[in-house]
Amino acid sequence: MQIRGLKLQVEPVRSPLPVFRGSVDAKGWEEAARAVLAAHGRLVSTWGAQAGGGGAPFTVSAAYALPAGLFWLQLPLEAGRGYPDLAPHFPFAGRMQRASADLVGLRAESAADGRGWLNHGVWPESFHPLRRDCAVPERFGAAQPYAFVPVQGDGVHEIPVGPVHAGIIEPGHFRFSIVGEKVLRLEARLGYTHKGIEKRFTQLPPLSAHRLAGRVCGDSTVAYAWAYCMALESAAGFRPPGRAAWLRALLLERERIANHLGDLGALGNDAGLAFGLAQFSRLREDWLRASLELFGHRFMMDRIVPGGVAADLGATGVERLLRQCDDVEREVRRLREIYDEHPGLQDRFINAGKVAPDLARTLGLTGLAGRASAQAVDLRCKPSWPPYDALEVRMATHKNGDVAARVTVRFEETLESLRLIRAICATLPHGPVRAELAPPAGAAAGAGWIEGWRGEILVALELDGGAIARCHCHDPSWQNWPVIEHAVMDNIVPDFPLINKSFNLAYSGHDL
Amino acid sequence: MWKILRQIARTGIRTEPAPDCGEPPRAEVERIHRELLDILGQALTIRQVDPGSCNGCELEIHALGNPYYNLEGLGIKFVASPRHADLLLVTGPVSRNMELALKRTYDATPEPKLVVAVGDCGCDGGIFGESYATCGGVAKVIPVDVSVPGCPPPPLEILRGILAAVRRKVSA
Repeated sequence: MQIRGLKLQVEPVRSPLPVFRGSVDAKGWEEAARAVLAAHGRLVSTWGAQAGGGGAPFTVSAAYALPAGLFWLQLPLEAGRGYPDLAPHFPFAGRMQRASADLVGLRAESAADGRGWLNHGVWPESFHPLRRDCAVPERFGAAQPYAFVPVQGDGVHEIPVGPVHAGIIEPGHFRFSIVGEKVLRLEARLGYTHKGIEKRFTQLPPLSAHRLAGRVCGDSTVAYAWAYCMALESAAGFRPPGRAAWLRALLLERERIANHLGDLGALGNDAGLAFGLAQFSRLREDWLRASLELFGHRFMMDRIVPGGVAADLGATGVERLLRQCDDVEREVRRLREIYDEHPGLQDRFINAGKVAPDLARTLGLTGLAGRASAQAVDLRCKPSWPPYDALEVRMATHKNGDVAARVTVRFEETLESLRLIRAICATLPHGPVRAELAPPAGAAAGAGWIEGWRGEILVALELDGGAIARCHCHDPSWQNWPVIEHAVMDNIVPDFPLINKSFNLAYSGHDL
Repeated sequence: MWKILRQIARTGIRTEPAPDCGEPPRAEVERIHRELLDILGQALTIRQVDPGSCNGCELEIHALGNPYYNLEGLGIKFVASPRHADLLLVTGPVSRNMELALKRTYDATPEPKLVVAVGDCGCDGGIFGESYATCGGVAKVIPVDVSVPGCPPPPLEILRGILAAVRRKVSA
């Protein structure tokens, strides 16, 4: 398998999705970035690691998505050496590279932005937590101010917001530069919820680290647990039983619907229709209660485990699920009609926070928000994996790229996921839901690549000596946070909460 | 408009009784009101702070506002500023990057103030523990009155924790 215009030595990773892994040198690193761009591929993630074994002491990785699959390229690095900057090709790579500089101490050469990203000045600059030989500091300092890009001119003023926000939201800082009510520029500072997840992975046994993966981002616990288990299973060359794969998809679609129901209510509320919040939050509560009843947890945390699933569904459970799908579909269709016909609501939704398809492509907007800006990518459709390859998932897209488009995509995905749940219930194969999985004893690598409700999630796992050497988790929020800064330009400040909610990006999933 | 009204009528009232503490539901709600008035002389106001959670607890705190739990019906509401708050509802773990912000939020809350730590991570750092990046549980950074374990604790448990904190203050 090759990237067009490039000679690469890559080996397939035994993942349910087509994933290939290989090494490149510094020249190949840059050539690959150019070739991917030319082939209309996407950068999914980039991260650094301290390497094991006798080779170069560090590696920097890039994962590219192309029609043929995911290419995980590694560039070995000698100590103290930098690597070619990917940000000129893929703008969002800048923040990921700054995170690698903080965590591993690897720097992109001639990168335009040298500010720390996850290190807020609390721990010393010389401390790189993902280096094995780095002693944890005995004392920690106070968080330091951040050099926001200043905007100057007649009548320009700043509004600082956060990290503690006015609602029940995760922490982050937004710095608005304003003229009158209009946003000239927004710059976000994230990293407040950084809790050392990638370091913590290396302290947990591979067979129990799925619990940590399920807590990278609470609203995507199923997606992360599945991605982690897929990575571990692919490293071990293990295929979970058929019924387990189908049940995993069932849980993932239930997670998607739970989040879409919550967001549709919140979006109505943010646009002044409290009725929408009351109705959708009621549906969401019904949905979560059924998850508790059928799978033992309202968010289905820890139900996807290495080797399969820790839940099963009997005939009465299937009946209960199907009945609920009918009830929810009826109500969602009714509420959609109300939303569509509500002039006040549509006035707030239409044209707010617009991201045109061209801009979306340039900035790498991905997932649900990407699909609302004509970026037709959904891993469940292509390259697909079991059981989605048997379900013919219909992708929801829109070309307007505004809040209204992101609302529409949510409605359509909710209805499609309801269809998928019915289809899964109809064809759920019999058999065991879990099998014994033995993690490989030697060095091994695996990848999990999942279409979560927010977008594509990647878990890249490297094992050594039966332990986790490196586990990198990627959230689509990395791609999408910088795009919000463009989406709000020329909008009015009071529309920011609505626009922000329409993306509903993760803080914890991003900050790790 | 008629579609909205029809949907409201069709849905009816879904609010459930407040957590059972051995009294009839109506008496329970009235007692909560009375207790809140005794201690505060007004509705209980809460400022929620996420100093590093995975957002699972936030989802359940959000759920307290849905029609089933109808938090505002009990005379409890979330406010936008710690200066308007009687109680801080804090999840965890407390990241080192949020330590200062949490302390400042606590300092900005007027006395008498209550703190409820929510979730396993709010109690003791949970699966994230204490590390270069996290201080551990909420009590490592600010004084805590009541802790609510669970990952995440369901909405009713969070509500019980809030009420327990208020009662403790009443009996103190």
